[in-house]
Amino acid sequence: MKNKILPFPVIIIFGIIFFIFYKGLEDSKIYTPNVNTKKEIPVFNTKEFFSGENVKSPTIFDPDKVYLLNIWSSWCVPCRQEHPLLMNLNLDDKLYIIGMNYKDNLKNAENFLKELGNPYKEIFIDLDGTIAIEWGAYGVPESFLIYNNKIIKKYIGPLNQQLTDEIFLLIK
Amino acid sequence: MKLFIFFLFFILFFPLSTLNAQENDKRNEITKNLRCLICQGQSVYDSDSEFANSLKIVVDKKLEEGLSEDQIYEYFKTKYGEWILYDPGLNKNTYILWLLPILIFLIGGAIIYKSFIVKK
Repeated sequence: MKNKILPFPVIIIFGIIFFIFYKGLEDSKIYTPNVNTKKEIPVFNTKEFFSGENVKSPTIFDPDKVYLLNIWSSWCVPCRQEHPLLMNLNLDDKLYIIGMNYKDNLKNAENFLKELGNPYKEIFIDLDGTIAIEWGAYGVPESFLIYNNKIIKKYIGPLNQQLTDEIFLLIK
Repeated sequence: MKLFIFFLFFILFFPLSTLNAQENDKRNEITKNLRCLICQGQSVYDSDSEFANSLKIVVDKKLEEGLSEDQIYEYFKTKYGEWILYDPGLNKNTYILWLLPILIFLIGGAIIYKSFIVKK
């Protein structure tokens, strides 16, 4: 009697455990955030980069225009690499590129723009990184495509040629 | 002497420094339950990355604004998703995680009951 009943649940339990571990093998080990979020953009107060004046976020974003918010920093090496691509994107007059200077020394940031050019229509500063958290950002560089006060797409890490082509397509 | 007693009372009944300490404890408790998303296997509390440091500041700000612990978790969940929490809630993605131990416990209990208690 005992020998007949015991093996059955044991086999089921091992079956379930095997199934879960087997499923786990197929999953990616690296966390990939959801990039196609239709989230509302956050509301925050900040300072303008050049003048140091206080700005409220609703005055920056106009619902009818397409914006690319780019989080950058002068100490960030990948930002240096993606900068020519931003200059290129700036040639499209449908797209408004907004810069968010992340945890930076303002003097260094100004030199960075002098050296590589300024693709940004407007820049605001995030000294302690808290505004980036409001946006749900992970670090620098990161870009958000915004239309109608909603985040259409999120680009984590530096932009490349393929992604800028995609942005050009999305704008049209 | 009266002044001394008054002073003693003041120190005993208005432990001002613990107020600050309690807030820090709360901050640590919350950041220990938040995953540092750009680090591997570290909580925000353990990490010293740019991301984690900013998150600590945000937690402080939210505590100052008077948000409760759950409200803060909810806030980060809307920003970064369920993954940022070390203590996931019960939903369609996590039900196996929550129900499997109970299931195994019940099956195990049934086996023990069948083979040892009923036999007697």
